[in-house]
Amino acid sequence: MARSLARTNRRRFLQGAAAATAGLTIGFHWTGVPRVAAAAAADGMLAPNAFVRVAPDNSVTVMIKHVEMGQGTYTGLATVVAEELDADWAQVHAEAAPADASRYNNLLFGQIQGTGGSTAMANSWDQLRQAGATARAMLVAAAAAEWGVPAGEITVERGVLKHAASGRSAKFGALAAKAAAQPVPANVAVKDAKDFHLIGQRLPRLDTPAKTDGTAQFAIDVRLPDMVVAVVQRPLLFGATVRSLDATAARAVPGVVDVVQIPAGVAVVGKNLWAAKQGRDALKIEWDDSAAEKRGTLELAAAYEELAKKPGTPARKEGDVDAALAGAAQRLTAPFKFPYLAHAPMEPLTCVVKLTGEACEIWAGDQFQTIDQANAAQTAGLKPEQVAIHTLYAGGSFGRRANAASDYIVEAVSIAKALGADGKPVKLIWTREDDIRGGRYRPMYVHAIEAGLDQKGELVAWRHRIVGQSIMAGTPFAGLIKDGIDTTSVEGASTLPYAIPNLAVELHTTEVGVPVLWWRSVGSTHTAYATEVFIDEVAQAAGKDPVAFRMALLKGSPRHQGVLKLAAEKAGWGRPLPKGGGRGVAVHKSFNTYVAQVAEVTVAGDGKIKVDRVVCAVDCGVPVNPDVIKAQMEGGIGFGLGAVLYGAITLKAGAVEQSNFNDYQVLRIDDMPKVEVYIVPSAEKPTGVGEPGVPPVGPAVSNAVFAATGKRIRALPFSGGANA
Amino acid sequence: MAVSFTLNGKPISLDVDPDMPLLWAIRDVVGLTGTKFGCGIAQCGACTVHIGGQATRSCVTPVSAVADQSVTTIEGLSSKQAKAVQTAWRKLDVVQCGYCQSGQIMSATALLTDNAKPNDHDIDSAMSGNICRCATYVRIRAAIHEAARVMEG
Repeated sequence: MARSLARTNRRRFLQGAAAATAGLTIGFHWTGVPRVAAAAAADGMLAPNAFVRVAPDNSVTVMIKHVEMGQGTYTGLATVVAEELDADWAQVHAEAAPADASRYNNLLFGQIQGTGGSTAMANSWDQLRQAGATARAMLVAAAAAEWGVPAGEITVERGVLKHAASGRSAKFGALAAKAAAQPVPANVAVKDAKDFHLIGQRLPRLDTPAKTDGTAQFAIDVRLPDMVVAVVQRPLLFGATVRSLDATAARAVPGVVDVVQIPAGVAVVGKNLWAAKQGRDALKIEWDDSAAEKRGTLELAAAYEELAKKPGTPARKEGDVDAALAGAAQRLTAPFKFPYLAHAPMEPLTCVVKLTGEACEIWAGDQFQTIDQANAAQTAGLKPEQVAIHTLYAGGSFGRRANAASDYIVEAVSIAKALGADGKPVKLIWTREDDIRGGRYRPMYVHAIEAGLDQKGELVAWRHRIVGQSIMAGTPFAGLIKDGIDTTSVEGASTLPYAIPNLAVELHTTEVGVPVLWWRSVGSTHTAYATEVFIDEVAQAAGKDPVAFRMALLKGSPRHQGVLKLAAEKAGWGRPLPKGGGRGVAVHKSFNTYVAQVAEVTVAGDGKIKVDRVVCAVDCGVPVNPDVIKAQMEGGIGFGLGAVLYGAITLKAGAVEQSNFNDYQVLRIDDMPKVEVYIVPSAEKPTGVGEPGVPPVGPAVSNAVFAATGKRIRALPFSGGANA
Repeated sequence: MAVSFTLNGKPISLDVDPDMPLLWAIRDVVGLTGTKFGCGIAQCGACTVHIGGQATRSCVTPVSAVADQSVTTIEGLSSKQAKAVQTAWRKLDVVQCGYCQSGQIMSATALLTDNAKPNDHDIDSAMSGNICRCATYVRIRAAIHEAARVMEG
């Protein structure tokens, strides 16, 4: 997503958005009160911009415009401010910024406040360096005035300003009020990288203490006076609607407060979750399935495979693939199949809403604040600026909370409105079954790749066809679809880094009534698998070593080569493994971050795959917090591995066959390999790390299984379908 | 009918549907929200509490089943093992989104109470009922070893 949005011509995006939802456009004319510089902020606080507050009690608060969903953004973004401010890490706190696109928009999303596409650090880097440096300059100016010394003679270290010649010193807090009275300087110089003392260090995460003693507040933990709890019965088939409702038995359940119909289905409202859930179980609903999607995934797969035989819409075209394939000395083809995937964040979707005739207050692990404001406002019949959002910690998201329909938020507002918008807070909780069956999946895809080698074993032709639903079609992001290509369907394939003279990437966009959404690393979740498994097959056909073959084709991309070389070296590429063992490699760039991984597996006699070790090399520009980067690679590897081993949402006659973690299996600790992470030193601007650890693990493991067994796995998950 | 038990060392009596899962009694009625809802069918471990010291999934335990028993939640942890686990969790920055971590810490504490020096296999066996979608498993393993090492002194 990042790449697409980063490239976006903002005007074009706004037009697309405007066409898709009337509500959203209102959000772009936000008239937040501009924070006047030199904030004569309350209580002697220095608040020179939207991001930094230095208080008389010596605390430094960094306002974070992005949701903390585990990726470490509170820590990473606060580090950037603290570095330029020369603060002591112990005095630094992070606080969720309010929803206000005029101050807190994602600079890569245009006028939208939101988190996604691993953009938090990339879009904030320059902005937060400037914010921190500005506050520092004002503290220095205040000290210079107070002490009657030249500002140039004042040094700042770990939250203390000093003037060596006079021996004077002061902590930030003592000067905050006087600094606030200073003019706000423009374009303050930022540090040279050699002077960094926090960036590049292992600093403890700011959110760890609250997340180890049960005090961290997620939306599901919000408790307000007179609050009621709601669950929603949604249809079994996507696109079905309520034909008739008998809520008599539900209303009779002790603790049930009300039953209301909303566009998504039927909401049962109770004094607590248990009452609401029992009430829901007692509902009698007849559904109108006439407009519902009734196909199963087997039928869809068959249709997709037919499409993959035909030319699609070009996403990339170089040379003459048909001629090169026709003239090739050796041709290889392979089909790949990818299932629908649920995100299944540990905190099920939850939203608390307090609605009156004039205002709507929302508590959520909110990921798309501006879009959610617009959609909530439209649902409530208010203006977006009347919607306030408290962004809380999100208990995971992996893309799920970033949906343009704001589904769970709109549902909560709909319920509050149906109850009378009387200001009584409503907490909507999705159960796990609601989550697994609720759609907005990573789309199902079928790929077909064909390659041609010449007589010397050189790769001369590559044709890659992808078949699947568009994530952006039918959303405010549809304006980003260009010449029939939703880049989120093809990214990673259309950006194949290998030097191949004749190359074509084609797309068939399908229309299916199953709602789809970006899922951690988006297009690269499937394109990295198909391309990196197939390039391995090509290397094998050419009789070349998989690492050496890739290195030769990556001559034009030194950062790809850098991570590949580092991962191979650290993994001991080429060193023999015990019987039943295999080693595989994959390299992939996503969201401007380069990652290579080498996996070692052991395949038992019964076919059981054990992933023993994954060695990962990452190049994400300046490593702001190396430990957070390592954590994201470790987590990305586990998340991606769970999907390739077990992940699949299947449909039969339109109905989702899975329901909970018993049948939608995710990675558990006993399947987690040992992981080693190596970071490539870099002076490039930092890029994201939340997603890029995911794509390479599947193909690396798959290639390792091939090395161990001679068997190629082309249908995911390993445990299902064609591989069972 | 009221159900009486000990919660985090203090007697408590709840007048609730006896079939209400202990999880919802703790969260919605008592108001302690450190114990999390993740699946409702004892598959993910986010709701893990200690009942008589045993790690137990509170989402499938009716509140009536804990009558006269002693229940400990993340808010009531105080044992030597618990403190070692929480300290190790902080030292190694195990958490990411953090939502599952109450349950992880409850399970890890129970493990170390039973087995002061678990190996990787013991850890994987004892912790495989606790899902972490952020896949912080590498650090969970390391932190349990760290806690064991610290307790050993």
